Amino acid sequence: MGMPLAEYVRTLVTPLNVLAAAILAYGIPMIVIRFTGGLSAVTHASNEYPWSILLGWGLFSGVPLSATGYVMATAVYIFGFKKYHPLVRLGVLTGFMGYLFAVIYLLIDIGRPWRIYYPMAVSYGPTSVLFLVAWHVALYLTVQLLEFSPAILEWLHSRRVRRWAILITVAMTIAGVILSTLHQSALGAMFLLAPGKVHPLWYSALMPVFFFVSSIYAGLAMVIAVSTVLARYLRDRADRQYLETLDPLTVGLGKGACVVLFVYFALKWIGVAHDDHWGLLATRPGAWFLAELLLFVLAPAIVLTLGVKRQSARIVRAGAFWALAGVILNRLNVSLIMFNWNLPGHFHQIVPPMREAGIVLAVATIHIILFRWIVNRMPVLREHPDYPDHG
Amino acid sequence: MSRRSCLKALGAAGCTVLSVGAGKAHAARNFSGWPDRFGMLVDLTECVGCRGCEAACNRANGLPAPEVPFDEKSVFEEKRRPTASAFTVVNRYSPKDGPRGPVYRKVQCNHCNEPGCASACPVRAYTKTPEGAVLYDKELCFGCRYCMVACPFYAPAYDYGSALDPRIEKCTFCHERVKAGGIPACAEACPVEAVRFGRRKDLITLARERIRKHPGRYVDRVFGEHEVGGTGWLYLSGVPFEQVDFPTDLPDKPLVEQTKGFLSAVPLVLVLWPAVLGLCYSAKRYKEEER
Repeated sequence: MGMPLAEYVRTLVTPLNVLAAAILAYGIPMIVIRFTGGLSAVTHASNEYPWSILLGWGLFSGVPLSATGYVMATAVYIFGFKKYHPLVRLGVLTGFMGYLFAVIYLLIDIGRPWRIYYPMAVSYGPTSVLFLVAWHVALYLTVQLLEFSPAILEWLHSRRVRRWAILITVAMTIAGVILSTLHQSALGAMFLLAPGKVHPLWYSALMPVFFFVSSIYAGLAMVIAVSTVLARYLRDRADRQYLETLDPLTVGLGKGACVVLFVYFALKWIGVAHDDHWGLLATRPGAWFLAELLLFVLAPAIVLTLGVKRQSARIVRAGAFWALAGVILNRLNVSLIMFNWNLPGHFHQIVPPMREAGIVLAVATIHIILFRWIVNRMPVLREHPDYPDHG
Repeated sequence: MSRRSCLKALGAAGCTVLSVGAGKAHAARNFSGWPDRFGMLVDLTECVGCRGCEAACNRANGLPAPEVPFDEKSVFEEKRRPTASAFTVVNRYSPKDGPRGPVYRKVQCNHCNEPGCASACPVRAYTKTPEGAVLYDKELCFGCRYCMVACPFYAPAYDYGSALDPRIEKCTFCHERVKAGGIPACAEACPVEAVRFGRRKDLITLARERIRKHPGRYVDRVFGEHEVGGTGWLYLSGVPFEQVDFPTDLPDKPLVEQTKGFLSAVPLVLVLWPAVLGLCYSAKRYKEEER
């Protein structure tokens, strides 16, 4: 770094770093407690609620927010929206990191994490939707690593291997879309096995379609969100092309997200009509359903429309963050809030205890730190000078 | 069972076996389970709430001693569910449409004909035996707890307190005893024969007979005959089942049917997507070349 150690340490003392340190100081011991005292030491640990916020956030919300990789790579390499090229690597990195950390949340949650490979190698349960998810997440993690490998190889100055990595771009992109289509929808299909538990307004034969379609706009909105945050906090790591094209590209992505949001909005109504659940809309869960749909799908869609009409990246960004909140809300509704909705003591179960929240925050913090570490070093927001026109 | 093995073939060998697998699925359409499998008939109108079945289950499975003894009636003040250290529990109800006095309901794994837990398990840790028990293998389980999500009866319990060796615990239908020609401990212990062991098809006949003979005593329904494809445990009740906390909003089809449509679309996506996306890619290349 070229500065004395004491001075370097002093530069680390920023408000955000202090916050991160505080979160880790609380959360990491909680992870240790999980592996010494069992899940009951950190979660509500209920037989009625096998999955808590650890998976509701880490897996069910984390995976759609990580749809960035397949969405961007498909747009650029398959459909030929070339001008979005400056955002592809960011999309792939966001996706890869999202999946990696979804697996980390999972490893904390499952009983015997060292057996995580069992569905792949020891015993096959192909009637299980989770079997499919396990395979696809594992394969897709590999695919995304390969997709991102040119950036790593440029950082390592490995010119020859990088050429191979570039060659497989289109094949990996297609593999990525297939795997993503299947496991994004599979996360919804997992809940098809619980018809008596998920509230009928959220339970639908169309759940796989809902989860897949919403992952598309989640991916687009997430690229807008992450690119915005990075342009602000890691501005010096971006090249001029990235910074100059960001606003028009944001509006373009917003347009895509907006169309998909309206499609999703329509599909949700088809779901209600398909099951003829109109009567349920007048109940209390019905009001919550309408709130999700009107305030967290339709409203951000309208904001995005406005942003696109006015060509305002600022408004589009607001709409994107809003839409992301909606996706998270939807996943939490299906996996937690409206799961076992009619059991007594339900509210207590869906609010995580402090210790579990600490684990979630700690893992999210490590996620951000690692992400920043990579963007600081590898050519993600910029083209490497030695490798113009990167893959 | 054969539907599952068919899907296994699909998953393991990929698209090449698609046609073979489809053929098997067709043949398996009318599979209705092991013909001579055993079941249990629980008659809620007979049960006196003595908790003798709980005590017998505890002994037979070598479970830890309970916090409150089995002759303690105060446990009825709350509704309990099976846990990792109690595979069966009895709850007390005072239903509004009921006869005089309380109604007791024994709860445990219902040993479904086509179990949701088994179709949920990504490592096939669950087996439906020809005798009728749904058994769990802790050697395969990695602790994802999807089986607990899938079970409509909240039967599988998990020992959350174990840090590194947690497992699912549930009623085993006293499989070893049954295989050796015995009957499950709870049925053996019941002083009033409210829990009766037998071949499932005979028990259905018996249950129907009782309803026919005593129409005033029972509601006209054998719970478990059709629910989620039928369960090994069957119930007769004098009060509407929803008033004693039976889930009455369950489909009659086995739960695996709910995900079958999705799973059968998987090979289609695997085959069609590369073609469709490849086409998009070539169209893009073609336009670029024209320019």
